[in-house]
Amino acid sequence: MTRPTFQIDGKPVTFTEGQTIMEAATAAGVYIPHLCHNPEFEPHGSCKLCTVKVNGRNCSACTFPAADGQEVLNDTAELNELRRTITQMLFVEGNHLCPSCEKSGNCQLQAAAYFLGMTDAHFPFFYPRRELDASHPDILLDRDRCIFCALCVRASRDVDGKNVFAIGGRGIDSRLIVNSPSGRLADTPIAATDKATRVCPVGAILIKRHGFEVPIGERVYDRHTIAEESLEREEPIVEARHG
Amino acid sequence: MAEKLTIATTSLAGCFGCHMSFLDIDERILALAEVARFDRSPLTDIKHCRDRVDLGLVEGGVCNAENVHTLREFRRHCRILVAVGACAINGGLPTLRNPIALEECLQEAYRDGIGVENPQIPDDVELPLLLDKVHPIHEVVRVDYSLPGCPPSADVIWAFLSDLAAGGEPSLPRELIHYD
Amino acid sequence: MDRHEYEHRIINRIVENHGRDTRQLLSILREVQREFRHVSPEAQQKVAQSLGVCITQVSAVVGFYSFLSTVPLGKFDIRISDSITDHMLGSREVAAGLCRKLGIQPGESRQDGRVSLSFTSCTGLCDQGPAGLINGYAIPRLTEDRTDEIARLINDDIPLGEWPEEFFAIKENIRLADRLLGNPVRPGEALERTVALDRETMFGEIETSQLRGRGGAGFNTAWKWRFCYEGPETAAVCPPGQPAAGIERYVVCNADEGEPGTFKDRVLLQSCADQVFEGMTVCAYLVGAKQGFLYLRGEYLYLHDQLEAVLATRRRRGLLGKTILGSEGFDFDIEIRLGAGAYICGEESALIESLEGNRGVPRNRPPYPVTHGYLGKPTVVNNVETFFAAAAIAVHGGEWFAEVGTEKSKGTKLLSICGDCARPGIYEYPFGVTIRQVLEDCGAADVLGVQIGGPSGTFLSDKECDRKLAYEDLATGGSFIVFDRTRDVIGIARNFTHFFAHESCGFCTPCRVGTALLKNLLDKIAEGHGATGDLAELSRLGRFVRSASHCGLGQTAANPILSTLERYPEIYQARLKTIDFEPGFDLDGALATARRLSGRDDADAHLSQS
Ligand SMILES: Cc1cc2nc3c(=O)[nH]c(=O)nc-3n(C[C@H](O)[C@H](O)[C@H](O)COP(=O)(O)O)c2cc1C
Ligand code: SF4
Ligand code: SF4
Ligand code: SF4
Ligand code: FES
Ligand code: FES
Repeated sequence: MTRPTFQIDGKPVTFTEGQTIMEAATAAGVYIPHLCHNPEFEPHGSCKLCTVKVNGRNCSACTFPAADGQEVLNDTAELNELRRTITQMLFVEGNHLCPSCEKSGNCQLQAAAYFLGMTDAHFPFFYPRRELDASHPDILLDRDRCIFCALCVRASRDVDGKNVFAIGGRGIDSRLIVNSPSGRLADTPIAATDKATRVCPVGAILIKRHGFEVPIGERVYDRHTIAEESLEREEPIVEARHG
Repeated sequence: MAEKLTIATTSLAGCFGCHMSFLDIDERILALAEVARFDRSPLTDIKHCRDRVDLGLVEGGVCNAENVHTLREFRRHCRILVAVGACAINGGLPTLRNPIALEECLQEAYRDGIGVENPQIPDDVELPLLLDKVHPIHEVVRVDYSLPGCPPSADVIWAFLSDLAAGGEPSLPRELIHYD
Repeated sequence: MDRHEYEHRIINRIVENHGRDTRQLLSILREVQREFRHVSPEAQQKVAQSLGVCITQVSAVVGFYSFLSTVPLGKFDIRISDSITDHMLGSREVAAGLCRKLGIQPGESRQDGRVSLSFTSCTGLCDQGPAGLINGYAIPRLTEDRTDEIARLINDDIPLGEWPEEFFAIKENIRLADRLLGNPVRPGEALERTVALDRETMFGEIETSQLRGRGGAGFNTAWKWRFCYEGPETAAVCPPGQPAAGIERYVVCNADEGEPGTFKDRVLLQSCADQVFEGMTVCAYLVGAKQGFLYLRGEYLYLHDQLEAVLATRRRRGLLGKTILGSEGFDFDIEIRLGAGAYICGEESALIESLEGNRGVPRNRPPYPVTHGYLGKPTVVNNVETFFAAAAIAVHGGEWFAEVGTEKSKGTKLLSICGDCARPGIYEYPFGVTIRQVLEDCGAADVLGVQIGGPSGTFLSDKECDRKLAYEDLATGGSFIVFDRTRDVIGIARNFTHFFAHESCGFCTPCRVGTALLKNLLDKIAEGHGATGDLAELSRLGRFVRSASHCGLGQTAANPILSTLERYPEIYQARLKTIDFEPGFDLDGALATARRLSGRDDADAHLSQS
């Protein structure tokens, strides 16, 4: 029996029933830019960086089910421009000062922006006032850099079983909130070894006292594009999930 | 010989890191000298732009009234205006003060801060007044290109200048785009 | 008993009354707020404790719904509608006057805690504005005289219950009835016919009617009910055409009616609630649902008690509850759930999230609610008018309904007409009616344009009056706002753009950031600081938000800008500076603090804007 197949940019990709376009693409070695998606967790679908055209309509590859015969467009000038606009929006929405950020070089937002050829943030900056939480002895929460991907929310809930994080507020005033009466990280059961501290794609959740162990210029995305790195990291996870 | 490309440079709220990086193009500066000539710049000590300049390179963000005037002069005179470095592109480290009210900043720096002698907020008319926030230059004038990096490496600056000198549309290859 | 203990007891009682059911979190928080005039961080903690859920779940919900406040509101809390039609009727001046009379600033509570005033999105009283809410209750026709009296009542601390009833009298304003409004269904009439026929015959009637959803999207109602009945394929333990056994199903009536300029659902619920509930019950019979919900927008709190009374009467008459009309196994009941100021909760999957006690964030689709809805179970979500029409179809038959209308749009549609016209109110027309006809009937003169389908719809110019209301041409949820030539196109687009930015749920990047950027850019242009590049940017950004957003809110949020830009480019052009760039912030204003602190005011202490 032939396996169901769809096309990404004209290239045939086989998939297993129940897979999303993102999973099938990853398994086939095709990179679709993404930020809020991490194959270890349930898809979320919020950043929209993974927008692809499915039979002419924009869809989020990380949540949209693959189907036999679909025509998917991914690496097109139009879609990459749309994605670049998204990374620019994420930069102006928060306070991202890469030169002073410990995540620089290992940051997926930054790397995606490199990949998409973003040289400036284009829009006026919001310079929002967001609270920094340095209360925890081992973990720093710098909300200025949060992009609301909810990966920490999912990791803490689904893997650590602690429900430390949630997204509160509404619209442009959305904020990452923390599950303790004081609202401070120190008063939650989070530990530096928790999955939730390891999944933040940006520099919003950092482990203290491990700053600049690898010099700038020698970090992950200084050496590889996010396309190469993410396929290498995620392909085995998708394979393990779907066999 | 064709007319030389005229270049002007300035540092607004920046650290001169981008200028240093420019000088890091090392011996390539000789090749550059063949095709380009400097106008207003800290490198030439020319204080104001001449009538028309081909290329304006601006380092640093806009934090005070004088920065605004300088930037406007650049926009008026330069055919192509380039934001060079993180501070010009997004305000850079000086924007750390943006979430704090200017009044608080000034009080702390000139009145209430530790070790302040003769506490007084400067009122000398020679000193430019501070804007309540630091802005990237594209929020104050139209900008044609941006060269990211803190500072952008000499290779970035070189690649850009070479493209331009060759008469092409400048574009940075992916591996040269860095924000740190 | 100290304050803490007292608070604790009250909160415990409220939570207890809701069966310690987390899904009723929003209702619980509404009651806590009614009791204490806000939901303080301590109260949030107590609610979380009582329910045994995380504090984050509670505070995330409190932060999401604009009617919930974490700081104390006044004993009299006034919210003035910011709908464009209320603005046109002078709501901003009314609010300023009220503030003066009460000695407060908008967004503030008075020192003595007596009164607070703020602004809110459209309250659905566009035909009788300027309108607002007092302690959640609708208060229309806020004239100068009326606000004098209101200020006096508040300053004299007269309880709301003792205020003159006419202050709260909401008019029906039904101006034109056609086959639905003209043929009301007697309570029980549709159900009697339904239980008398077999299920397929009744399904057939709904199919024949070709009824399409009246909430705006226009999905075929019979198909939706059929999908729900047959169940999700993954759970299809049954042959096709038969219900999946053992799976619960739900029927939800969407009465969130948040689209500015729409108020027909309010009138239906005020005057014809029985028929709406009847339609829901017919649907429940056909799809096999036992439980229904009416999701009533918070602004319609004033209808709550009377709707409960209608439900109670229906239960007494055997039209709800167990063994409806003596039909064995036909059990169905309806619960009313109030919203709390979030337009996005009209989006069906966000509505379901809200019903489950969460923030109203739209889900990823597929799967759709019809297979994975409330609690992941097959759920029909329909608009109030859809159920209202379905009840009539059950009585009079599908053919009767489909006799009028157009090829693809059968039957009649209720329009909520407001704005610059002599006779605002509810009009029922067969689909296919022209804009011209409607304008004539409602007494509109000197028309500049009409907003069809609310802010998420289209702005039509006076040159398009021969266009028709029908899915073939102009689809509409029923909002019809008339603007005359005294109105400013950019001002209208600006009001709508602010609305969307305020109502964006914030889940997806394009809408969360994009609507805020659109708002700032349009403000810049409207205030005369726009330069040549800004229009191209506005249009590019608008098209981006439309194409990249997660749900219908973001996908339509740029419509006011795009549809007016397309029709009136010259009006936008005229608002621009002739220079090629101007900053989006006030440069001289940005020096004000430094001027004050340095005591300078010389020429160098100022900046021109360009
Ligand atoms: C932002 C947004 C708000 C909506 N608000 C409403 C509403 O207030 N009432 C409504 O019936 N449908 C609303 N809808 C449409 C619903 O999602 C859904 O399509 C409708 O309730 C289905 O009912 P119908 O088929 O009877 O129209 C809204 C959709 C979006 C995207
Ligand atoms: S989180 Fe990433 S994008 Fe943000 S400042 Fe740090 S490195 Fe830059
Ligand atoms: S803190 Fe990091 S992981 Fe959590 S939502 Fe923000 S960006 Fe995502
Ligand atoms: S489009 Fe807007 S309202 Fe819809 S999910 Fe995205 S942010 Fe929320
Ligand atoms: S990766 Fe798909 S929406 Fe974020
Ligand atoms: S001045 Fe060059 S990077 Fe800041």
